[in-house]
Amino acid sequence: MKKLLISCLVIALTSSLMSAADIKLLNVSYDPTRELYKEINTAFAKSWKAKTGNNVTINQSHDGSGKQARSVIFGLQADVVTLGLAYDIDVIAQKSGLLPSNWQTLLPNNSAPYTSTIVFLVRKGNPKKIKDWNDLIRPGVSIITPNPKTSGGARWNYLGAWGYAMRQNANNESAATNFMKQLFKNVTVLDTGARGATTTFIQRGIGDVLIAWENEAWLSINEPGGKDKFEIVVPSLSILAEPPVALVEKVSQKHGTAAVAKAYLDYLYTPEAQEIAAKNYYRPRLKAVADKYAKQFPAVPMMTIADFGGWQQAQKKHFDDQGIFDRIYQPGK
Amino acid sequence: MTSRRRQHTETPSGKLIRWLLITVALVFLALFLVTPLVAVFVQALDMGWSGYWEAIRDPETLAAIRLTLIAAAFAVPLNTVFGIAAAWSITKFDFRGKNLLITILDLPFAVSPVISGLIFVLIFGAQGWFGPWLSDHDIQIIFAVPGIILATIFVTVPFVARELIPHMQAQGREEEEAALVLGATGLQTFFRVTLPNIKWSLLAGVILCTARAMGEFGAVSVVSGHIRGETNTIPLQVEILYQGFNYVAAFAVASLLTFLGLASLIIKKVVEWKTTET
Amino acid sequence: MKARRNVLPGFGISTGITLAYISLLILIPLSAVFLSTASGGWDHFISTVTSPQVVASYKLTIGASIAGAAINSLFGLLVAWVLARYDFFGKRLVDAIVDLPFALPTAVAGLSLAAIYADNGWFGRYLVPLGIKVAFTPTGILLALTFVGFPFVVRNVQPVLEDLDAEIEEAARSLGATRWQTFSRVIMPTVLPALVTGSALALARALGEYGSVVFISANIPFKTQITSLLIITKLEEYDYTGATAIAAAMLLMSFVLLLAINLLQARSRRYQETS
Repeated sequence: MKKLLISCLVIALTSSLMSAADIKLLNVSYDPTRELYKEINTAFAKSWKAKTGNNVTINQSHDGSGKQARSVIFGLQADVVTLGLAYDIDVIAQKSGLLPSNWQTLLPNNSAPYTSTIVFLVRKGNPKKIKDWNDLIRPGVSIITPNPKTSGGARWNYLGAWGYAMRQNANNESAATNFMKQLFKNVTVLDTGARGATTTFIQRGIGDVLIAWENEAWLSINEPGGKDKFEIVVPSLSILAEPPVALVEKVSQKHGTAAVAKAYLDYLYTPEAQEIAAKNYYRPRLKAVADKYAKQFPAVPMMTIADFGGWQQAQKKHFDDQGIFDRIYQPGK
Repeated sequence: MTSRRRQHTETPSGKLIRWLLITVALVFLALFLVTPLVAVFVQALDMGWSGYWEAIRDPETLAAIRLTLIAAAFAVPLNTVFGIAAAWSITKFDFRGKNLLITILDLPFAVSPVISGLIFVLIFGAQGWFGPWLSDHDIQIIFAVPGIILATIFVTVPFVARELIPHMQAQGREEEEAALVLGATGLQTFFRVTLPNIKWSLLAGVILCTARAMGEFGAVSVVSGHIRGETNTIPLQVEILYQGFNYVAAFAVASLLTFLGLASLIIKKVVEWKTTET
Repeated sequence: MKARRNVLPGFGISTGITLAYISLLILIPLSAVFLSTASGGWDHFISTVTSPQVVASYKLTIGASIAGAAINSLFGLLVAWVLARYDFFGKRLVDAIVDLPFALPTAVAGLSLAAIYADNGWFGRYLVPLGIKVAFTPTGILLALTFVGFPFVVRNVQPVLEDLDAEIEEAARSLGATRWQTFSRVIMPTVLPALVTGSALALARALGEYGSVVFISANIPFKTQITSLLIITKLEEYDYTGATAIAAAMLLMSFVLLLAINLLQARSRRYQETS
């Protein structure tokens, strides 16, 4: 009996020592951020070790933002979520209560440490002469964009197009709906996430234009041979995409990782992390870094989600069941 | 067997037809089956052997290999024991509803892998039947290793049984009945009479079960959560590499499964030749 | 067939294990699909499985699977014929290769096919300029479904061809039948049950196929979205009752098809035993 107690004690001690020294976090993220977080995680681990002497490993999971949100609701043990749009995190809060409904106010800048926007990626030489959104609805143009029902990027893409159509048509909704219908008629492939769409365009050589996150477009250009094959076209009007981050309080508390997880999210706002973001073509929030990298981020007139009445309204109107997206995909095919 | 069919005199038109058919068949097979196989290896070696090994040695890939092996280590023995029991029950006895049983047995074979994964999410997911209970007791099944193991077991249930049943049916029951008459017990009959007769089919079934367990994609994809380094099996890792623009690495990892597939093919062939020889 | 008395021991334990395992691992989990669907109500079930997008996916899946099974019948018969009746250099190798789609994981098959038929792929680069697009079209799906079902036909037909009694053929020949008559009137009827069984198995396999199609399909609703992919999409969109409704419909189809196949096999086996 004494032996048993002692061995239990030893195990408890060593495991508690280990958990103090070796922490694991799960960051459930949206699709394009694979390279970004690989770099950030390495840098954070280094900084954490220097600060506390402990090791932290951050595991990543990547997929379409909406899909990831659903996974978290269904039990994927995320300590932090870094998704493509605020609505997806709202849904997690609503449907599972794993984080408070005011999560977005808990971190600076609407909990979005970096922003991005939507651009077009076309083949080198722009053979189809695609300059702006209205070129996308020309017959014979093949568009690649992900599925708005699963991908965060796809919803930003859609809203960018919708916003443009509304402006062009003096806010006439039925004209805008028509525009979207024609646009999606030209869509050849609907992937689950932004990265899937990029793969389709780049690797499989399908499509004339990829509607993409700005950072995805740059990533593609910087791939070996990319500069000779693709070029970026910035539309006349785009949308400010704010991919937010949040601490999944209940899960991290259960894991005992709340402190590290919070530090991790705070780290995203530090100059070091902001530089990493900028290098990966995410628009940084920190003015100093933004100025330093200003050249690689063209000034584009941008709408914000507020112009669409906020995410709750936009999701309901466009992307939920029987919303506008469902209707433009209906019969008549 | 072959000599029975050999024509002793072959007409010129017969020869022409023969060569035509053989050529068409071979060309078809080359284009249709062989090319995809070759493509895997060619693409995998696009960056040479060093690129190949680098891809295999990547920590995420190694973790995927480890998880795949674990899943197979659970699925194969369980399904082998089950397969033997089912084959024994089905081939040595007559009872009503046997055809129904065989059909149910075949279901995982025909059911879409997506459904195979879905059912476990429905049962063990946080919003599923056992969800609240599991979460209260802090047990993770879906989006964790146990879920992957379960899904793998499900999709490979019929494999061993399906290999054994035709063979045991062809052999009949006489030998076992004779053993019984001579005074052997059930277990003795099984180990000394049945098992030696079926050992090659059993091996083939186990090999196929293993290959399928390690190569399963759809069902595991649904329950996995895609946590890099933790809940990705080899097929899932292939998809991740492909999406990360690491095409050569994707094919390199895919080639591992291809080797396994080829090995299982060869072993199955050897088994078939051995059983026709006896 | 006279009923045989069950004399061998072990019925209880073997059947017991079998039934328990099947219940726990197959029946109960699968019932989750039906229960989940039922909880959504009958009306919701009907409206989901008859919605245009779902029906389009059935048409595509069933159509491509049947087409694939038909192609497999033709080429499967050809390959089985060549393997069963002729000898040639490398025959054993060819015989082994036939099983490749069984052994190759679906994801690898899909990845490889997509790479080959893409615009810059080995075959794609010649086919696409000719206007033959395979990747991301229903043709690509057809290709993948044909690929995974191929061995079924060959493996079912080959033994029958091998067991064919040469004497019957020679008798027909000596009675003046032409080659074609011998084939169509003597050989084909014997082979037909096996051919049908093999094609049906290929069909069943193709209906549920997912891994290979994922890589080669564009997943465009109404055009290249097979039912498995549609289920996944519904899953990803939070629509669980929708997903299970479609899954339940598919399960029923598979089950009926499998039952028919097994009955057919049982009947042809009895036929062979009594002849």
